[in-house]
Amino acid sequence: MSERDVADPGSATPGATSTATAQVGGFGGRQASLTADAWRELRRNPLFIFSGAIIVLMLTIAVFPALFTRGVDPRDKQQFPCLLQNTVARPSADHWFGYDIQGCDYYSRVIYGARPSITIGVVVVALSVIIAVVVGTVSAFYGGLIDTVFSRVTDVFFGIPFILGAIVFLSAIQGVEILGFITLDGGVSTVVIALTVFGWTTLTRLMRSSVLSAKDMDYVQAARALGASNRRLMVRHILPNAITPVIVYGTVSVGLIIAAEAALSFLGVGLRAPAISWGLMISESQLRITTSPHLLLFPGLFLSATVLAFLMLGDAVRDAFDPKLR
Amino acid sequence: MGRYVARRMLQIIPVFFGTTFLIFAMVFALPGDPIRALAGDRPQPPSVTAVLRDRYNLDDPLLVQYGKYIWNLVQFDLGQSFRGRDVSNIMAETWPVTVKLALTAFVIEIIIGLMAGVLAGLRRGSFIDNLVLISTTLIVSIPVFVLGFTAQVLLGVEWGIFPVAGLREGYPQSYILPALVLASISLAYLARLTRTSLAENLRSDYVRTAVAKGLPRWRVVGVHTLRNSLIPVVTLLGVDLGSLMGGAIITEGIFNIPGVGRQVFLSVRTQEGFVVVGITTVLVLIYLLANLVVDVMYGMLDPRIRYE
Repeated sequence: MSERDVADPGSATPGATSTATAQVGGFGGRQASLTADAWRELRRNPLFIFSGAIIVLMLTIAVFPALFTRGVDPRDKQQFPCLLQNTVARPSADHWFGYDIQGCDYYSRVIYGARPSITIGVVVVALSVIIAVVVGTVSAFYGGLIDTVFSRVTDVFFGIPFILGAIVFLSAIQGVEILGFITLDGGVSTVVIALTVFGWTTLTRLMRSSVLSAKDMDYVQAARALGASNRRLMVRHILPNAITPVIVYGTVSVGLIIAAEAALSFLGVGLRAPAISWGLMISESQLRITTSPHLLLFPGLFLSATVLAFLMLGDAVRDAFDPKLR
Repeated sequence: MGRYVARRMLQIIPVFFGTTFLIFAMVFALPGDPIRALAGDRPQPPSVTAVLRDRYNLDDPLLVQYGKYIWNLVQFDLGQSFRGRDVSNIMAETWPVTVKLALTAFVIEIIIGLMAGVLAGLRRGSFIDNLVLISTTLIVSIPVFVLGFTAQVLLGVEWGIFPVAGLREGYPQSYILPALVLASISLAYLARLTRTSLAENLRSDYVRTAVAKGLPRWRVVGVHTLRNSLIPVVTLLGVDLGSLMGGAIITEGIFNIPGVGRQVFLSVRTQEGFVVVGITTVLVLIYLLANLVVDVMYGMLDPRIRYE
């Protein structure tokens, strides 16, 4: 891959070129940084407003689920018992999403399913971005042996199909204790680790090629000539100009990771009952799907809406940062 | 060119060993003892246990186990499952199914994805462009297993257009619906990429020149624009062929298709380490070679790219 990054003149990343032009100066005397420009562009984009609204709603649901269920907590079986006589009852005015197989109110379960999904999506991407920025920047900046080693390690993890790797990893690490206090017992932290181990590679490759095209820019040369240290070059000059593609793809990844978590829970290797998650609910709906389609419909709808929102947000951010499309 | 390919082949070697070792280490760290499990509820004589553990090299250090495995592998011996079946036999049964499924999905992806992308890219902002944009966004955001289920219930159970599951109806009837589901996400990405790439190139100088020269539209689009727009598309397609086979785990599970994806999942469950490693090794090889082919084709499509 490395040859292509260097040799292809067309692969200069949009983020790097756009910042280069923005650094030249403001438009018409107005001081306009790229971020300010992009922000103005974003606020006018209906795609951004729409996806942003869904994401804010989902985040609020994830943080304060009780707000949306009038205090009903599906985990509290004492106060809100599930009645088997209600099993798979269809949606009604009182219970909008109907009941699940065990006769629990489905609406409150779907609402409480948001937290694990969104936590996993956000934390995995945050960890991956940190790894990507450090590894990608260092290997592209120094090149040579460091680059070769880092790139091959990235290739190794990239070469294993994502879902397959996560399945084997999750099956292998059940019950293992790490750092003395985290027991990998099929909870959120287990899934976060598995998805991060196989999910950091794409972002790292993106960061590396982005830094490769930014590190020889004139302003970097100028800063170097002025005596800036390597660390300063990387942190102050290269990083802000190379990180845009990583931010854009990172946003999209949140959606993809949420979908991957659901797929793993669906396969029975991700989160496990009594955890509440959209993937688990869809997995449970499998047997009843012809008679009780609402069991698939509601978690599927929430899951797809969240994934969709992050994908659209990524699109909107890319459009805002890419002056070629303006 | 020859030197470039040779160097890339050399680069593949460490990646190949790294990937297989990683999978090997993970698989043999799976909890539970597969040899003990063979005896079920009955007690296993210690002598039998010892012989079996020795046959599968289970008492060697991990690196030695891996070395022995690779040594057998270069002699085309993939070993045996713990239930005594040759892994090569299992692979010979499952690989053709997955290859058929993946190739069918690949063809569907190219036909529908390219067509939708070209139609949308040629007329940006038109009805068809918006239709392609909206439908691809929806397809990408619905997780594969939700899509697969819905398709199975609606098209298979309710309307009876396609077989519900299994392969009893043979090729192509039994393969079409799973292949469509498998292809759906790649298809959407392909359509979007083709659209963006085409629309971007249509505004470039050489296209304006071609139009100014008075060339007919089909020639401007077909010969001048498409050729350049297809460069990123080829990359995506190459990587996709590998991911279609790797992504078959979920699709094969839903539609109960006896391919490598389902086999690998069952094998992880039953701790059949050698089966998992064998299948994954082939998957990784396909992926690495597909990438190499893509990089070489890159140079053919774009003469600006020179291999050092």
